[in-house]
Amino acid sequence: MGLTGALLPGALLVLWWIASDKGFLAEQILPPPAYVYETARDMIASGELFHHAGVSLRRVVVGFAFGAAAGLSLGVAMGLSRRAEDYLKPLFLAFAQIPTLGWIPLLMLLVGIDEALKFIVIAKGAFVPMVVNTFAGIRGVSPKLIEVGRALKFSDWQTLRLIVLPGAVPSIFTGIRYGLTHSWTSLVGVELLASSEGLGYLLVWGRQMFWLDMVIVAIIVIGLVGFAMDKSLDRTEVLIQRWKREELAA
Amino acid sequence: MTATTASARLVRFRRGVTLPIVLLIAWEISSRTGLVDPRFLPSLDEVALTAKRELFDNDLIGELGYSLMRNIAGFLIGSVAGVAFATLLALSRIADRLITPTFNGLKQISLLAWIPLISVWFGFGEQAKVVFVALAAFIPIVLNTYEGMRNVPADLIEVGGALRFSWRQRILRIFLPSALPSIATGVHLGLIYSWLATVGAEYFLAVGPGVGGLIIAGRERFDMALVMLGVMILGLVGFFLNRLAYALESHLLRWRPQLG
Repeated sequence: MGLTGALLPGALLVLWWIASDKGFLAEQILPPPAYVYETARDMIASGELFHHAGVSLRRVVVGFAFGAAAGLSLGVAMGLSRRAEDYLKPLFLAFAQIPTLGWIPLLMLLVGIDEALKFIVIAKGAFVPMVVNTFAGIRGVSPKLIEVGRALKFSDWQTLRLIVLPGAVPSIFTGIRYGLTHSWTSLVGVELLASSEGLGYLLVWGRQMFWLDMVIVAIIVIGLVGFAMDKSLDRTEVLIQRWKREELAA
Repeated sequence: MTATTASARLVRFRRGVTLPIVLLIAWEISSRTGLVDPRFLPSLDEVALTAKRELFDNDLIGELGYSLMRNIAGFLIGSVAGVAFATLLALSRIADRLITPTFNGLKQISLLAWIPLISVWFGFGEQAKVVFVALAAFIPIVLNTYEGMRNVPADLIEVGGALRFSWRQRILRIFLPSALPSIATGVHLGLIYSWLATVGAEYFLAVGPGVGGLIIAGRERFDMALVMLGVMILGLVGFFLNRLAYALESHLLRWRPQLG
């Protein structure tokens, strides 16, 4: 980010500071920046912030792992077998049509509001993009490559391991990326509706108490975690591409 | 040839409906025989009865109308603002360098996390809901429009320069038309996100009329049939919005050569 890019946030910060200093805005509408900073410092010092962020991250990791694994399996199955596609795809499409938020009240009645609810909702967020992209990746593998495999008398397992799966990797990676983003959004949703811990809970609690300083700290952390996940996936993608190039060059 | 494709289609159809029918039968049997507590899994005709009750005795259509109105109002505001904002960022170097980094930072914040702030600033009423839906449509439309305008071929821009186009003409005749495929993608995503946001707004911002409110009320009363009905409506509306987006996209892009 260049110097010019920092101008606007800087100007906004000054404006925010002046507005709250002169009392243009009530503290309950927009707390002064210094106050937000102090709250952040206190919450870090007391370990409260790390506790809630840790709870949220653990939920996302577990939920995402289940959802991504299930999505990968279904995507591979539908990608490899027309029969599986015919049987499963219409049902999957109907399932995917309903927004994740829609499932939450239904699941609350079925499984209660414990950790299981969070894991299922987050897993659903990762599941749908994972299936769609894995399926598209496998179907997108060039038939010529499969032809080569046949000419080399590859077994089905070899074709899958050496041709189909490596060919689908970029698309699967896109699935992981969208899956993680959707998991993170789903996490915030489910924590807003039913939770007594986590970053989403900080939002609800702060809102109810009119502690907007806490709400803003929670929003910033949610944004930072999302940003960090995005960046690390970017890095991984670059690494994978480099590794593929080296593989081809060797 | 046609006979084989027709029979292949029949096979696909038969396979496609197998699993849903098996599930429905399993559902009906388990709720009839009491295998599963009917409070958790109401029988099919109970769901149908609830649908009838909500349709004729209560105002289901009206509730759906409220949700759709919010959705459309927010979507329109968000998409018009989004295209205008992205045009500004893509065409003005100063605006781009000044604003784009901030926008990219703010877009990292997960959409639902805005709800507490929006409720403080705009209250819990209609206004807050529409603002939230507009925000949901705004973000993908800005990203895609910006992307599309940045990739306008340089020779087209040069032609505009040679013809001494005014800024208005450049935007209307060159930038908007050549960014149209990208804008269409943004509009499609915006339509999907705005429906998600409509549901979210109805969940989190005070219960009022709307399908989301219906589902929340169903959960509070432990009325599983009502919740299921609501969830099905969400899915159906999502499905039709998706269809609408596809139709809109192919209509807007009908001048492009068909691929495949």
